[in-house]
Amino acid sequence: MSARIGVVTFPGSLDDRDALGAVELMGGEGVPLWHADPDLKEVEGVVLPGGFSYGDYLRCGAIARFAPVMEEIRGFATRGGPVLGICNGFQILCESGLLPGALIRNRSLRFICRIVHLRVETTQTPITADVLPGEVLEMPIKHGEGQFVASEPDLDRLEDSGRIVFRYCGPDGDVSDAHNPNGALRGIAGIRNEAGNVVGLMPHPEHAVDPDVGPTGGQALFASLLSSVMAGAGR
Amino acid sequence: MTDPLPSDLGRQLGLRDDELEMIRGTLGRDPNRNELAMYAAMWSEHCSYKSSKVHLRTLPTEGASVLVGPGQDAGAVDFGDGVAAVFKIESHSHPSAIEPYQGAATGVGGIVRDIVSMGARPVALLDPLMFGPLGDERNRWLLEGVVAGIGGYGNCIGVPTVGGEVRFAEAHSANPTVNVMCVGIAQSDRLMTATTHTPQLGSLMVLYGSTTGRDGIGGVSVLASATLEDGSEESRPSVQIGDPFAEKLLIEASLELIEEDLLEGLQDLGGAGLTCAVSESAARAGLGARLDLDQVPLREEGMEAFEILTSESQERMLAIVHPSKLERVREVCEKWGLATAVVATLEAGGDLDVSMAGEQVAKVPALSLTEKAPEYDRPMRPIPTDHDDPTFVSFDGDLREAVLSLLASPNVASKRWVFEQYDRMVQGQTVAGPGSDAAVVRVPGTMKGLVLSVDGNGRYGTLDPYLGGAHAVAEATRNVAVTGAKPLAITNCLNFGNPERPEVMWQFSEAVRGMRDACLALDTPVTGGNVSFYNESGGSAIWPTPVIGVLGSLTDYRLRLPSGFPSPALAVYLLGESFAELGGSEFAETVLGRVAGVPPALDLDAERRLQDLLHEAAAADLLASAHDCSDGGVAVALAECAILGGHGFAVTLAGDLPPHVLLFGESASRVVVSVAPEREGSLRGLAATRGVPFERLGETGGPRAVIDGMLDTTVIELAEVWEGAIPRLLGEKP
Repeated sequence: MSARIGVVTFPGSLDDRDALGAVELMGGEGVPLWHADPDLKEVEGVVLPGGFSYGDYLRCGAIARFAPVMEEIRGFATRGGPVLGICNGFQILCESGLLPGALIRNRSLRFICRIVHLRVETTQTPITADVLPGEVLEMPIKHGEGQFVASEPDLDRLEDSGRIVFRYCGPDGDVSDAHNPNGALRGIAGIRNEAGNVVGLMPHPEHAVDPDVGPTGGQALFASLLSSVMAGAGR
Repeated sequence: MTDPLPSDLGRQLGLRDDELEMIRGTLGRDPNRNELAMYAAMWSEHCSYKSSKVHLRTLPTEGASVLVGPGQDAGAVDFGDGVAAVFKIESHSHPSAIEPYQGAATGVGGIVRDIVSMGARPVALLDPLMFGPLGDERNRWLLEGVVAGIGGYGNCIGVPTVGGEVRFAEAHSANPTVNVMCVGIAQSDRLMTATTHTPQLGSLMVLYGSTTGRDGIGGVSVLASATLEDGSEESRPSVQIGDPFAEKLLIEASLELIEEDLLEGLQDLGGAGLTCAVSESAARAGLGARLDLDQVPLREEGMEAFEILTSESQERMLAIVHPSKLERVREVCEKWGLATAVVATLEAGGDLDVSMAGEQVAKVPALSLTEKAPEYDRPMRPIPTDHDDPTFVSFDGDLREAVLSLLASPNVASKRWVFEQYDRMVQGQTVAGPGSDAAVVRVPGTMKGLVLSVDGNGRYGTLDPYLGGAHAVAEATRNVAVTGAKPLAITNCLNFGNPERPEVMWQFSEAVRGMRDACLALDTPVTGGNVSFYNESGGSAIWPTPVIGVLGSLTDYRLRLPSGFPSPALAVYLLGESFAELGGSEFAETVLGRVAGVPPALDLDAERRLQDLLHEAAAADLLASAHDCSDGGVAVALAECAILGGHGFAVTLAGDLPPHVLLFGESASRVVVSVAPEREGSLRGLAATRGVPFERLGETGGPRAVIDGMLDTTVIELAEVWEGAIPRLLGEKP
């Protein structure tokens, strides 16, 4: 039996097929979910993929949080189900209040598509459980609004409670402004909720699983997610 | 219909007096205001190709792999395994000159809908661009706006931008050149072609997507078929506004309609809006149509008939649907949140009969708008060739400095600043993206790769338009061949000045003649394309720039050859022959400050032999890398191989030519390859058998880039100059 991972398609989602493909490539079962669906088809994990949900004309993720499927996902997350938000998915999680902070326009004011390095800051999440702390993963970013911001007290809390999951870094794991592509505060590329089951990140692990088309830093994250789900199911 | 029309209304709309007479002859009466607007749009240069058709007809359009040739929304080639590759290129230069962001964005939207209307899923975009020099603030504004517009739209619809080119020339200052190519894939048996799908009498025309507003009225006639003069900002209302979210929904809904086999025909609404879509669909089916404008969902109140008929509001499609399938079509559109409206019915008789508020507002034969549009064989006057050739100017400058200035030339320098603003990886199939000689995109579920490149060289075009056309085909196909792929077919975007000037018309016909010869020699038929005339202001035209888009095939994408040197200790070879040719070169322009002379000669048989050799050698796994030798000659090609691969080289350029000619000459049909030592023998044998001259230049390896007696520097220095040039010109930190 393989882990059933749902991938939500909102109108305007773009990387939904890629996320389904990554789940399948890593040995899971990808289950397409539709934004207007009121049920999650008994999935054991949920991915909110990248894209421009509903056009993102108001504010990234601002409309998607009202989608019928989000009500279900909120409940799923409260019950401890693993939820991974990638790029626009991260933005939606912040807008929904499932994660703190916000993502604003890159400091260059331009869209950036680039391969970056991430340092794993905590293994206390379903997608990093099988990764070594401090491990450096290579994967792409592609976003116009990926600069993570939060108030100083919120940032301190994130930091103190070990909820920063990824930071932008150099190939050797050094975190510095030179390796920060979008101006994210404290180099933050991804965070988790208090319970650890909800994770959002701007980079795209689903575009880093197939060595023929890019780096492979996403493999470890999807493998972790799938084994966390299987372990959870066995409990 | 009773208001007297201003006597010069036809002319204001862009119609000539004799064209008005033709219309009167067809109708047997004076046209009314609505009919005039319809004819003006459909007979515009942009829609009718009236000045170019006579020349375009000479291009070869047939080949074993061609499924759909020119005349439909896009061309299609057989990619094997039941897969069709659909592709086309189009220009959106005129709107981009006025409103760069929206002009470029809607250019992307338009070409994507062309691909969708053939029944294909868009899988790749490529953007050939030309601007004036970046020292000028307006040119920087245009570049920034166009690139942001392409990204803003393309990134939002989930189609990767995998390639393109960016060039700079003073002649493109007032009139930037903005072309967009889109490639899609379809199941061959689901292609929406005139032969596979036949609209029936009584079938319905369903308009779906966005509402219709006043934007883009006169886009094809006022904007795209006239020169831009002072006060062109006033044409801004003729620029359409893009809504990429609506486009994304339109793509998904359309593909679902096709997948469920619900349509008899599909057409996008682009230039000339509803008039074009309805008349072309009806005319193609040999029928007429009754069009009820009251059914068209409008964005604003009080729109007049002629406005609804010619609005170029974006993100709209017209489906031809049998009445029995209407309900299901509506359900699919509703799922994607798109409004539908039955606006017309196919009728016998061949007339396009338009009504509004219960009254007939226009009635014209559909064919008279489309196939029976006027056609001109315009007068031509040759421009004498400039024989003041820089090849024979002696050069005693510093060769290393010259190499560095060429790498810093924005024509040559890295375009990272541009392509990092494009999503090149969405859909997950991009094996090689921008910055490669050609892009490689996997066909899902197969080992095959679509290999795509675009190329045009306006500098060659202005010095010799015949060679400009021929070189564009040769270089664009060579860019595909260096990946190891076989070029299958081409699409072209022909960017020129005012065709009413005999010199421009001559340039056009020469460029077409050059393309024709090259396409025949290289066996790459033309499956369609686009002509963009009137790219001039104040009597000064852009460089005649035929841009060629090539679609090639790799049977196994894993065998793709990279451009850069992949490892040390490889042998470096130059395939092809070098001559004393600096005419029209990047060196002559950048270092000598001269655009002069005769472009390099082009031996099309030698080109064919070279491309066949590359294909064969790659399939036999003889090569480690291959990179086309073009702007800046061997020196720039070697530098790029080192920068891209991260390995230096030590080579010797031998020959009787002066050092600067050896380094920077742009003789055609040459490629720098790297070869593992144990394969050298096989490569030499194969090259000799195939009649391709070769020369062993040296080896790869180490941090230095050394050309014996001419250049000694580090790869890092080359890379810094090459990567930093465009950000520096834009006043940014590299």
